[in-house]
Amino acid sequence: MSFKKPYSYEGGVCLMRRRFVQGLAMGGAFTGLGLGSSSLLAAAMKQQRPAILRGTDFDLTIGEQAVNFTGAPRIATTVNGSLPAPILRWREGDTVTLRVTNRLPATSSIHWHGLILPSAMDGVPGIAKGFNGIKPGETFTYRFPVRQSGTYWYHSHSGFQEQTGLYGPIIIDPKDPESFTYDRDYVVTLSDWTDEDPVDVYSKLKKLSHYYNFNERSHADLMADLQEKGVSGTWNERKMWNQMRMSQRDLSDVTGYTYTFLMNGQTPADGWVGLFKKGEKVRLRFINAAAMTFFDVRIPGLKMSVVAADGQNIEPVSVDEFRIGVAETYDVIVEPKDDRAYSLFAQSLDRSGYARGTLTPDHSLIAPIPEMDSVPNLTHADMGMNMMDHGGHSMPGDQMMSGMEHSQHQIPSGQVMQGMEHSELQLPSGQKMSGMEHSEHQMPSGQTMSGMEHSQHQMPSEQAMPSMDHSQHQMPSGQTMSGMEHKEHGMGNGKPMAMKALKPNPSDFTARPVHHAPTEYGPHVDMRASNPQYRLDDPGVGLRNNGRRVLTYADLRNLYPTHDPREPDREMELHLTGNMGRYMWSINGVKHADAEPLRMKLGERLRITFVNDTMMNHPMHLHGMWSDLETGDNNYIPRKHTVVVQPGSRISYRVTVDAEGSWAYHCHLFYHMLGMFRTVTVS
Amino acid sequence: MMKKIVSAMMAMWISGTALAGGADDPLLYKVMIDKLEIRDTDEGNALILDADAWVGKDLNKLWFKTEVERLDGATEEAEVQLLYSRAISPYWDLQAGWRHDSRPTPNRDWLALGFKGLAPYLFEVDASLFIGESGRTAARLDVEYEYMFTQKLVLSPEIEMNFHSEDDPDVGTGSGLSDMQLGLRLRYEIRREFAPYIGVNWARKFGDTADFAREEGGSTHDTQLVAGIRVWF
Repeated sequence: MSFKKPYSYEGGVCLMRRRFVQGLAMGGAFTGLGLGSSSLLAAAMKQQRPAILRGTDFDLTIGEQAVNFTGAPRIATTVNGSLPAPILRWREGDTVTLRVTNRLPATSSIHWHGLILPSAMDGVPGIAKGFNGIKPGETFTYRFPVRQSGTYWYHSHSGFQEQTGLYGPIIIDPKDPESFTYDRDYVVTLSDWTDEDPVDVYSKLKKLSHYYNFNERSHADLMADLQEKGVSGTWNERKMWNQMRMSQRDLSDVTGYTYTFLMNGQTPADGWVGLFKKGEKVRLRFINAAAMTFFDVRIPGLKMSVVAADGQNIEPVSVDEFRIGVAETYDVIVEPKDDRAYSLFAQSLDRSGYARGTLTPDHSLIAPIPEMDSVPNLTHADMGMNMMDHGGHSMPGDQMMSGMEHSQHQIPSGQVMQGMEHSELQLPSGQKMSGMEHSEHQMPSGQTMSGMEHSQHQMPSEQAMPSMDHSQHQMPSGQTMSGMEHKEHGMGNGKPMAMKALKPNPSDFTARPVHHAPTEYGPHVDMRASNPQYRLDDPGVGLRNNGRRVLTYADLRNLYPTHDPREPDREMELHLTGNMGRYMWSINGVKHADAEPLRMKLGERLRITFVNDTMMNHPMHLHGMWSDLETGDNNYIPRKHTVVVQPGSRISYRVTVDAEGSWAYHCHLFYHMLGMFRTVTVS
Repeated sequence: MMKKIVSAMMAMWISGTALAGGADDPLLYKVMIDKLEIRDTDEGNALILDADAWVGKDLNKLWFKTEVERLDGATEEAEVQLLYSRAISPYWDLQAGWRHDSRPTPNRDWLALGFKGLAPYLFEVDASLFIGESGRTAARLDVEYEYMFTQKLVLSPEIEMNFHSEDDPDVGTGSGLSDMQLGLRLRYEIRREFAPYIGVNWARKFGDTADFAREEGGSTHDTQLVAGIRVWF
């Protein structure tokens, strides 16, 4: 923590927190103390329309600001006294100048998230040469050409200031007219506010990692399972998780227990309001500026046409719902046909709360707020054990089914294969493990492979298998069971490995055997995905088979042809690692403080493949360069700045390494970032 | 003493956070008063304290453990352990250090070596080996489980067993399995850090330990109702 504690947080204040996290009506940012209710009202109303700053010249002041979202006064970190910070509206082709003055008692900074700009303007202290943050009382002048258009955002990259409110939207109007039309344009910034000091949140997570999780399975769930599945069914389903000491409800580290979820700075009690006239097309620019919260967004009664992802136009996709990872942005167009109010509903992934707003033709109309969905359970797929159960990855045809004749699998005797620990198994390289549907695998030692039994394989309704029927489910030969240690594989010390054999066609999403670096073994890593799959068309835990059309990464297709059609020259595989219980996060088992920078060559076309060796989603954000996400069609690769790597999955993207200098590369979950971070140097 | 340790830890914590500057692995401390309870024993109401504290970083910590039993205003049993704790696997810490028993008298000092962690199926285990003076050795196994009735109402069965290599009549312990306690406590977490509880504790002494107790006129087995609080910060 690099600034003094701004909070008067005393133990005991939060006894009744659950009542408060819905928010205080008419809460929000206000200046001074002892304001009467009329000024509070005015402050709240003002918040409905956040300030928009336009032009090429901006003066931004970072300061402290009294706020009250929950009934308890707190101090937030804001820009020009506003939370979220003012909307910055730029024009593509302009050069913008931003004089940022720091009135905090601590060093600050602003990072322009998703912007392609010179390294020194990127705003991450200690990464680019010459930028060490903005000292108290000082003014730093950012100046850079705007070379893109769309919806982006900005936030502090210092201390815990982003969690305490320093984030705001950027809208860049394109030089050429958009390919779609709309009559109204709203920014919808989603965020999470806590009354606690973020330092306390972090230390609580270190002391008791499930501190904020009040959705664990309890007695009632057990009774329901026993009734539904019987004793042995229940036992089998839970056995592996219990053996592995992991929770199927480990969905979010920080939850609605402490968070009040905000939409454009409005609590759920207030709700943000956007007006429309019947028949108008409304553009909604969703930005997930939360520290730790993934939101599932829908507007009951309206189809949303997704026209841009991370600021970049895509071929429009019509959906009912989308999941927005931390730091992502999605632009959607809606066309309300009726003279009625609609709820903008953004529930947190773990269903511990929601942010909300209303689209309405009239302030007097209110829309019903939907019930939150039930709390989902993580599945085997979310642990990187491919049981063919998520169906998601079934993409380009039957690639996964080829080469299925290997059936023998020799496992050294004495090894028990239980749950994730089988990733520690040393299978002779090249061996395939087939027939996952067998209830038992014969092993020399006579041990059974628990956690792989067919009974567990049958997932309860909510989970898994969206597009897959049971017959497909029975097809597992050809699955490679990994955990093989290959010698060539030298990912130690966090260094990337260069792999000679690139996939000739990267849209062939056959998952190769996975290799785990020696640095991934030890007390700091509690899991290694044994069989991580590409799951681009998996909407993710809690959204599978929910009866709604949910956006997935497989839907993302660039509106324009691939910017850089070169095949990758080089491939880098990075594993996202951690120990949930000890609350430690790293890449390839090496945390930032111990890692060498990742080196990229100027001019190369690089493929980065992530393997997620944890049970959490990690939104990975590369600064300074686009992440060209391989979603299936190499001719229309969408460009993103933040790529969500689903639990236990793998995903790959291409990077045109065209930005010299040093860059940050990290998980955008606020309390993961400190360890799950790399410095990238391009030279 | 406790106060001093806590304030020393506080000082370390404060300087730690100041130095950390946003680092991923700050110096932290945790004090866990696992049991502060009244037991209705055959001999009267006993006051029990069972507490731990640690200060350190992710993988290396300094641990302090204490168990105290007071009866009728007199301390019957008191033990402290000061341990270095090192994470050796995802779920297990190796702990080594010093154990001092100040009650019953005479004092006993031990080298302590143990494993503390989470076993498969989510059992919390603390297993220790103690090497005392003149070749005495002892072992202790403590296993606890948490069953969640609701998100806040937790039933926690626990078993503790003590073994000794030889008789030590001065302090009343006999060789072999000396004593065992089975506990069942139901706590309500008003918040994570604060939970009152009620429960039952079944205690039994075996072999020579039981004989020593009988000679002293004490009981060898007892079923006790307990009420207390569990607090951490």
